[in-house]
Amino acid sequence: MSSIAEFFQHLVNGLTLGGIYALIALGYTMVYGILKFINFAHGDILMVGAYLGLFIFNFLRGNSAIGPWWFVAFLLAMLASMLICALLGMTIEKLAYKPLRKATRLAPLLSAIGVSFMLSNGAAWAWGTQSRKLDYPFDNTPLHVFGISIAPHQILILVVATIMMVALTLFVSKSRMGKAMRATSLDQSTAKLMGINSDQIISLTFGIGSALAACGGMLIALDIKVYATMGTMVGLKAFVAAVVGGIGNIGGAMLGGLLLGLLETFGIALLGIPTSYKDAIAFAVLIIVLLVKPEGIMGKAEKEKV
Amino acid sequence: MILLETKDLTRAYGGVVAVNKVDFTVESGLITGLIGPNGAGKTTLFNNMTGLDVPSSGRVFYQGKDITGYPAHKICRLGIARTFQNIRLFKELSVVENVMVGLHFKNGNGNRLGLALKSFVRLESEQEQMYRKAMKWLEFFHMEDMAEEKAGSLPYGYQRELEIARALATEPKILFLDEPAAGMNPQETDSLMQTIRRIRDLGITVVLIEHDMKLVMNICDNITVLNYGQKIAQGSASDIQKDPKVIEAYLGTDSSDDDDEDF
Amino acid sequence: MLNFFLLIVIYAGIYALMALGQNMITGYVGILSLCQAGFFAVGSYVTAILSVKLGWSFWATVPVAVVLSALLGVLIGLPTLRLKGDYLAIATLGFAEILRTIINNWDSLTNGPNGISRIPKAMLFGSPIKSKYAYILLIWFFVLVVYLLFERIAKSRMGRALEAIREDEIAASSMGINITKYKVWAFALGAAAAGLAGCLQALYIGSVMPGTYVFMVSIMALCMVVLGGMGNFTAVILGAFIIQLISYFPQMVGLSNVIPAQARQILFGLILVLMMIYRPQGILGRKERKYRKTTRKEASK
Repeated sequence: MSSIAEFFQHLVNGLTLGGIYALIALGYTMVYGILKFINFAHGDILMVGAYLGLFIFNFLRGNSAIGPWWFVAFLLAMLASMLICALLGMTIEKLAYKPLRKATRLAPLLSAIGVSFMLSNGAAWAWGTQSRKLDYPFDNTPLHVFGISIAPHQILILVVATIMMVALTLFVSKSRMGKAMRATSLDQSTAKLMGINSDQIISLTFGIGSALAACGGMLIALDIKVYATMGTMVGLKAFVAAVVGGIGNIGGAMLGGLLLGLLETFGIALLGIPTSYKDAIAFAVLIIVLLVKPEGIMGKAEKEKV
Repeated sequence: MILLETKDLTRAYGGVVAVNKVDFTVESGLITGLIGPNGAGKTTLFNNMTGLDVPSSGRVFYQGKDITGYPAHKICRLGIARTFQNIRLFKELSVVENVMVGLHFKNGNGNRLGLALKSFVRLESEQEQMYRKAMKWLEFFHMEDMAEEKAGSLPYGYQRELEIARALATEPKILFLDEPAAGMNPQETDSLMQTIRRIRDLGITVVLIEHDMKLVMNICDNITVLNYGQKIAQGSASDIQKDPKVIEAYLGTDSSDDDDEDF
Repeated sequence: MLNFFLLIVIYAGIYALMALGQNMITGYVGILSLCQAGFFAVGSYVTAILSVKLGWSFWATVPVAVVLSALLGVLIGLPTLRLKGDYLAIATLGFAEILRTIINNWDSLTNGPNGISRIPKAMLFGSPIKSKYAYILLIWFFVLVVYLLFERIAKSRMGRALEAIREDEIAASSMGINITKYKVWAFALGAAAAGLAGCLQALYIGSVMPGTYVFMVSIMALCMVVLGGMGNFTAVILGAFIIQLISYFPQMVGLSNVIPAQARQILFGLILVLMMIYRPQGILGRKERKYRKTTRKEASK
């Protein structure tokens, strides 16, 4: 394999991984933009999304042989899982975060850690500690293009991630609700004065964020196995991506996600970082970014007014 | 005697110049007023003199010593204390404890490790001493009966006074007050005026930002006016009131004939 | 039954140390650090490595472990303490994960995933400490020492300075308090307490493995603080007891087959959420300093 082909190979792998991080990072960033708090349980919603997707997909395809129906079933499962997770996210917000809007900053964060623990252990209780495999909904024999090998599931990940990100961008910039969302994140009290129902917007934000997480969860389940704590590490890395891009900034989350995916892939391939240290790369990046440019690449520095 | 001064002090945030080449002087023993329309850069200037912000260029001198860029806690220890425009009390701590925080670094002489050990071993007596000192400051404001209450639960006017008491506990040479009368009714403002005079009589130099012109004109010996980040006037109350630039800054530049009748 | 009760007392002690440290950081300075598991691991591994590989006695490893944990606390604290609340929580969590990754991979020093076993017993008056009762005395002796030390610090100027920083950093620095210095000190003290807990854990179990020092440990320490009451060292010890009681309750009553391990962890999560909503100050609430009334009367003369 030529070094150029090798480069593009890593690029494709990095983008696929980064696309998933970006999808999940969006949930963190949207919630942070409005409520200024890190939804620690976001990674666990991703896990629930992956499980639900797996169950629904397996139910829909039944005993049928692999074929076009599998692919349709996969997409249907994804939509259903996104919908259920959106409801789940909204419910969690109502029960565990909403009563804490006026509490100290530490309170919702601790509450979110609690929710995260309940979700991951609840999943282990209900669905066991054995990890499961989400089957590819198609023949996943890699295609060879210009000396690069691309698995069809990678294409699926890239396509779905792109569609979701474009849809979200359009929603936020064009739709009434999206504009209300941006207004709320800029200034909640003024937005309220303008007649925006901020409770509704917050709920919607959690809904959309959770749906994207579920989508990301199903996509990453194609790469790794599905298990109760799968969301912890992926969630943390997506959070890192959100911070790197500039938390609260939707474009930043996408950029940060892609960047992190590329860094992980190239860090191992080119810099010779041992694979066992793969997970440490994200945290090293996080700590460096927080120290050098804490507001992230696209974020704005906020200075406390004295 | 000049106690504190800024030379060419500039603070820019990106393209916005909040304070532009300001020479500000504080004379020892006097009450100095800093006034100007909203957004004129008064608080920014305060922050740059008290270590909460670092000037983009220019210097700050205190007793002839260059203190530009010193961190806030160091500046406080040199004898410069302040209050804040939006009250910043330690809300969950009791009233007397707020003042005791102000006494934090005031515990005699000796090397630092020795001090730490001493305060560890002789904890009770040290705390008692600090408590008494703090109560003295509360008495100065007639607040000794509220000593055990939570600072955050005090009525607004008392919160402002407690902030001043806390700053005084650091035994400053200069006290910066950022809009001390904001939100006060006329009676409270009158009593505040008395308090500020009493503080001056303790030998403490007072610098204040204030929008209440009655208060400023009544008690300030020297007034500096900022507008759009620049110093446009400096002088006694009567000088300032006559200064055309100041009148313009406060009433706008529109000088059509109809408007003039409003003067 | 008695055995489980003794086990609860032992683990309540080990975790109480960690929680006391967490309280210094979270309860007093208001910093949400999620790194206690990391310092706990460092303490354990220092004891394990020094005693197994170099043949040191347990007692000699304790000061080394405590000091190293504290230094690591300073090292992690210096860069991260500039960060705001939520960022700091994640950054400290990141450090804990990096630490665990290193422990898991540094085979020559830590034996990687296999860990280090056969840690020698501690000798006291010429005989080894073996019985559960002896461990209880040993562990709770350390808890008492740390508790008294931390209580005294909390009562002093330093404690008040830490609380002032928690309430308002800007105002605190304007009152002459060097906030970075105090935050780092608090962080180092919290780390040292967790390191000490790690030593005792390694000694009691007799082996160390990377799988012990997971995020869950930090969460448990945090739960103890939140449940008992932030800013109250007595309450934190109570919290440690309650959490350990919940942990071992299924085994104690012989229902461990009926109630799976996940159930109690779900309960921890639920405790965090419910406490935040209904009783954010914890069971006992913050401890307020009392100054003698007599001094008040004298002062007002």
